[in-house]
Amino acid sequence: MSIVLPGERVPAQHVNLKLGPGLLQASNVSCSTNRTSPSIFATRAGSLNHSANGSKWWVENNARRYVPAAQESVIGVVVQKQGEGFRVDIGSAHSANLDGLAFEGATKRNKPNLKVGSLIYARVSLAHKDMEPELECFDAQSRKAEGFGELKGGFLVRCSLRLCRQLLDPKHFLLPLLGSLFPLEIAVGLNGRLWINSQDAKCIIAIARAIEAADPDAQGMGEDDVRTLLEHP
Amino acid sequence: MRPPSPSIPEKDFLFSALKQGLRLDGREFLETRPVTLTFGPELGWVECSLGKTRVLAQVDVKMVKPPPERPFEGFITIHSEISPMASSEFELGRPSEEEVTITRMLDKVIRRSDVVDKESLCILSGQRVWHLRLNVHCLSDSGNLLDCVCLAGIVALKHFRRPDVEVVGDEVTVHPPTFRAPIPLSLHHNPYCFTFAFFSDPSLNPVLDPNLLEQRLNGGLISIALNAQRELCVVQKSGGVPLEPGDILKIVNVAALKAKDVDALVESRLQEDWEGRKIEIR
Repeated sequence: MSIVLPGERVPAQHVNLKLGPGLLQASNVSCSTNRTSPSIFATRAGSLNHSANGSKWWVENNARRYVPAAQESVIGVVVQKQGEGFRVDIGSAHSANLDGLAFEGATKRNKPNLKVGSLIYARVSLAHKDMEPELECFDAQSRKAEGFGELKGGFLVRCSLRLCRQLLDPKHFLLPLLGSLFPLEIAVGLNGRLWINSQDAKCIIAIARAIEAADPDAQGMGEDDVRTLLEHP
Repeated sequence: MRPPSPSIPEKDFLFSALKQGLRLDGREFLETRPVTLTFGPELGWVECSLGKTRVLAQVDVKMVKPPPERPFEGFITIHSEISPMASSEFELGRPSEEEVTITRMLDKVIRRSDVVDKESLCILSGQRVWHLRLNVHCLSDSGNLLDCVCLAGIVALKHFRRPDVEVVGDEVTVHPPTFRAPIPLSLHHNPYCFTFAFFSDPSLNPVLDPNLLEQRLNGGLISIALNAQRELCVVQKSGGVPLEPGDILKIVNVAALKAKDVDALVESRLQEDWEGRKIEIR
């Protein structure tokens, strides 16, 4: 693992190279001195990681501001209805577009009716540095919702981007711990937003506080500390 | 860019939780978040945090010539900087409504309520006075920036010490702190600001020290600035919710009690910090 800074060249090479968040292939061919090695640059500071066979590369860091990356699931708030679709705030510099037809079972006649202020769990389908991000609420191949769509009820918690990536790791302690103590429903958005639902307001508040306490940006509590926080408030 | 108003689930959940007598961070309705004060190496440098809201205040002083109409009075100016660092809703160069409220309220609480004895800032009448400059930087906004800013400003003024001066005839000598102990400012009183949020639903009780979500969804805010001696300095109400006179008297009493607590905390932290700064000279 090494640390990269924005603009730094990354020695990523593979026949079937896949670049994750924080890396960019320079589009200008003259940039690359050598035709055989594509020039890959880091666009953010962080630790450089790659998969075991070197085909997938990404930069990991901690931030509070989200930069959209394709195929990441995010939680957004509908800010405006416009024509065929919706404008959704996903916490990035620009609001994202969500097409009215990008839902399971949506047709020209039968489109979802989302109000301004509704919460949406969606996937980023397009993230380009010169264009506004686009979202979709279904899998483009199977046309099934696969859990995406409007989030009703519950509550929204904000956390650091590192914590929400960690929560997707099955080995992270927090979600199994919360699940063993409360009935828990959670949607993790990689834009630093977590939607939670439980049986009553007390449980939701307890879960929200536990998540905030485990955030490395705040106290960064470990498993034992969170357990004592929840059991002896 | 102004952030969109909170989503429908957030709004519904906040109101239903408040109806059940629960606040999102587990506080009582009339309980503030814990206050922490951190002093820097320099005198008059304080970082004040109210939960996750953080403000940095710093005082410095310079010598200027007073205007002829007020030859005996020093100056105090307040520079508040609310940058996008605190929250993405603030923009440089285009003050939002909240920013204007904070700046004006800070002016009312610290300058117009006569916290600093301006005549004590006079060195040589008509020739030399001290010009105090209070810089306030908002580092992070997680609701109720106003109370945090006012507290940081007052504590910074209390923590600050100006260099000692000696006047012989018309000649002014400034003694650096290594030669003579610097002198604390003479302050008349210490007002503290407390903000209460009211909600449009009349069955909901007011909350003290609103967090970010409560502040966004309130129906009205009342900010009360008063000192530990129960002297009311500023009352400011914003938002359209009508209030009974009895309600206001009730929250003024709450604020008076809180002001005593905060005053005790501030004094003890300043005392602690001052103990740590004592240097033994042999």
